[in-house]
Amino acid sequence: MTDAILRLERLHKAYGALKVTDDVSLAVEPGEFHAIIGPNGAGKTTLIHQISGLAPCDTGRILFDGGDVTRLPVHARVRRGLARSFQITSILPGFSVLENVALAVQARSGSSFRFFGDAAGETALNEAAAATLASVGLRGRAHVPAGQLSHGEKRQLEIALALATEPKLLLLDEPLAGTGHEEGARLIAMLRGLKGRYAIVLIEHDMDAVFSLADRVSVLVYGRIIATGTPEAIRANPEVRTAYLGEEAA
Amino acid sequence: MADTLDAPISAAVRPKPVLRAHLLPLGLFLAFALVPLVAHYGGEGYVLSIITRVMILGLAALSLDLILGFGALVSFGHAAFLGLGAYAVGILMAHGVEEAGPQLAVAVGGSALFALVTGAISLRTKGVYFIMITLAFGQMLYFLATSLSAYGGDDGLTLPTKSLVFGSDLLERGLVFYYLVLGCLVASYALCRSIVASRFGRVLRGTRENPVRMQAMGFDPLHYQLGAYVIAGALCGLAGFLLANQTEFVSPAYMTWQRSGELIVMVVLGGLGTLHGAIIGAAAFLILEELLSGVTEHWKMIFGPMLVLVVLFARGGILGLARGRSRD
Amino acid sequence: MTTTLLFVQTLNGLQFGLILFLIAAGLTLVFGVMDFVNLAHGVQYMVGAYFAAAFTAYTGSFLYGLLLALPATLAFGLLLEVLVFRHLYDRDHLDQVLATFGIILFLNQGVKFVWGAAPLFVPVPDALSGSIQIMPGLLYPVYRLAIIGAGLGVAALLYVLVNHTRVGMLVRAGATNAPMVSALGVDIRRLFMVVFGFGAMLAGFAGGMVAPILSVEPGMGDNLLILAFVVIVIGGIGSIRGAFIAALLIGLVDTLGRGFAPALLRVVLDPGDASQTGRAVAPMLIYILMAAVLFFRPSGLFPVKR
Repeated sequence: MTDAILRLERLHKAYGALKVTDDVSLAVEPGEFHAIIGPNGAGKTTLIHQISGLAPCDTGRILFDGGDVTRLPVHARVRRGLARSFQITSILPGFSVLENVALAVQARSGSSFRFFGDAAGETALNEAAAATLASVGLRGRAHVPAGQLSHGEKRQLEIALALATEPKLLLLDEPLAGTGHEEGARLIAMLRGLKGRYAIVLIEHDMDAVFSLADRVSVLVYGRIIATGTPEAIRANPEVRTAYLGEEAA
Repeated sequence: MADTLDAPISAAVRPKPVLRAHLLPLGLFLAFALVPLVAHYGGEGYVLSIITRVMILGLAALSLDLILGFGALVSFGHAAFLGLGAYAVGILMAHGVEEAGPQLAVAVGGSALFALVTGAISLRTKGVYFIMITLAFGQMLYFLATSLSAYGGDDGLTLPTKSLVFGSDLLERGLVFYYLVLGCLVASYALCRSIVASRFGRVLRGTRENPVRMQAMGFDPLHYQLGAYVIAGALCGLAGFLLANQTEFVSPAYMTWQRSGELIVMVVLGGLGTLHGAIIGAAAFLILEELLSGVTEHWKMIFGPMLVLVVLFARGGILGLARGRSRD
Repeated sequence: MTTTLLFVQTLNGLQFGLILFLIAAGLTLVFGVMDFVNLAHGVQYMVGAYFAAAFTAYTGSFLYGLLLALPATLAFGLLLEVLVFRHLYDRDHLDQVLATFGIILFLNQGVKFVWGAAPLFVPVPDALSGSIQIMPGLLYPVYRLAIIGAGLGVAALLYVLVNHTRVGMLVRAGATNAPMVSALGVDIRRLFMVVFGFGAMLAGFAGGMVAPILSVEPGMGDNLLILAFVVIVIGGIGSIRGAFIAALLIGLVDTLGRGFAPALLRVVLDPGDASQTGRAVAPMLIYILMAAVLFFRPSGLFPVKR
């Protein structure tokens, strides 16, 4: 039995009397595709914030790749291989698509405390960035200012940026949010391509995508995980049906 | 139109001809270089003096643009480094150290150290708190200077001579000093240009746009902002050294918060985040000050509203107007 | 003797702190409700002093002078709001700093233009002149006691206004979440004008009150402005209560520090060094205090926004 790459141990987070994360424990295996679903307001994004380091948990531990990252800042976790994409697109709109990714590559390629030399012309960085762009299907838009991309393309860039940090685990926060049918299908195909190569934790509302991609699914309701299992098991779980899928079944 | 997958990616990255982007700053430095020749034909001492001051404060403004324009760090205490550099000269002179070398080392090194310490504290804050804390540190230095009665206190200290270069009074020669200042300005500009385009500069610019994204890439924004802050402080310390030598006088008035405000005005007036804009802004500010004060002693009543109008309608500064649109 | 000196300095510190509070109250509200960095608030104080001086000279009575200065300062503040400030609410702080800096330049020169550079003289009103004996051996100027009284009175008035009136409730709500208040249908523009005008009047009142005891001269508001910002940062932006406590704290620390630092330092240093160091450290105390507060409480002592 392989050691879990991500282990959440009894995470708690509350805003006053409101418990947004209520005793959450979870283990994700290397290469596993794990989806987290739940009704709006269940605390999914807050949970991702705690795993990635953007928000502190009140109590509990987060173990990643054998190390305790609970009190580490975001950038330290990224350097250990814990990458995320954002629900609300967070890119560098003034830079070209290529430079966005090249910066992410730069973070892994030696020191950035270099004051001389033209960073934008560094071939090694640019070629690695171009390869990552190709893997998400954005190679043709490399020189467009990132702010001018379509919404779906920006979502692709989000994933490219996460991939460029050479992660061991990807936290994807609603990558399909706001995409149309075609763009969504493209993203799903790309995610399928990533399956197995990285551990992936996916938050998504698109049930077709979730059930076709996930190895296991966890259901988060009012900050608490009410069920974890294979997609079929979750589909059949009566508690889940009432709490969540019951609304969707209509 | 997508470029083909096998075309080398780097070749397509730099489409702009390099020379054109540098035309304006090159022209500016050339103009500075030619001033002594033109001034020879009238008002020599006066014009040289003004333009030297423009270049020195242009250097100070340039250093501020590095952190303000490229790092979005609104430092309201930047004049403190001018004071540090100047007082390095003044204090050392008062103790018999008249050589430029050690004075320069203390001016630049001391400023860098002050920037490191105060930056490490200030950069833990954001927004208006950062503005206030940088202001506070500037004020602390100001009050420290006013209390140093051994070095003139409030009234300041007159220097016996300009800094000596290996025992010689080379800097007393007007042209020598002028071209030294120009040289420092050009070198600093080249350094800043290089920094901005470098790996370090790219992280800094990225942090200005989206600090959360930079963290998500694995960068600790604090390290890069602090690095820029130290470099900016050191360069401004150099400007302070030159200022003390030009005026042969050091005083706490060099580091009031109003002075820091004027430096910000210069940078924005010329064009934030352009580097040479800061120099143009310093020139515009100082020349405007000269011209307007010749017209009326109440020239600030014209300048104040002008500044308001610039902020409201010409946010990109002079360079923005020249480009025909405001910089975002 | 030292106890008397301590008492006098404490009263002075209290008086200074209350003046600071009057200035800081308007500043913290404007910043809290409108997210507007108003460097020009210091010149509002200065303009109040000049109006009070001018009207006192015109009417021959300080009371009338002060009473006339209040609406004049209000009108002046509203004029600035309409002409300049309301166009800056949506801009970033840098733009606000620069524009208000321009206003400072304009007005500092403007008063010099109208009234000259020499300080104006405002006589202490007869009814409040002289000193009274507070304790054996302690004489304290009546007028300064009047300032303390007025300051406390205005603080009480503000407390009532902010906590027990509808407008005050809107202001408190606006300081916590202005967009929400606007979304609830409140005319946020009008609220801004009220906040701004009232803050300007408070600052002007402070200026008028100190006119008899301080120099009414160009630039008199500049250093107080910096201190007012220190006050609101320490107190917590948007909080009147925070401004009150922080202002008193700073008034006392600054006055007592300047008065007693050299004496205290004589415990560890010889008199010459103690005096020198004391004079250097005293003005820095407030900034050290601010840095310390920000270190432990980055949002100030009584932050309003979460």
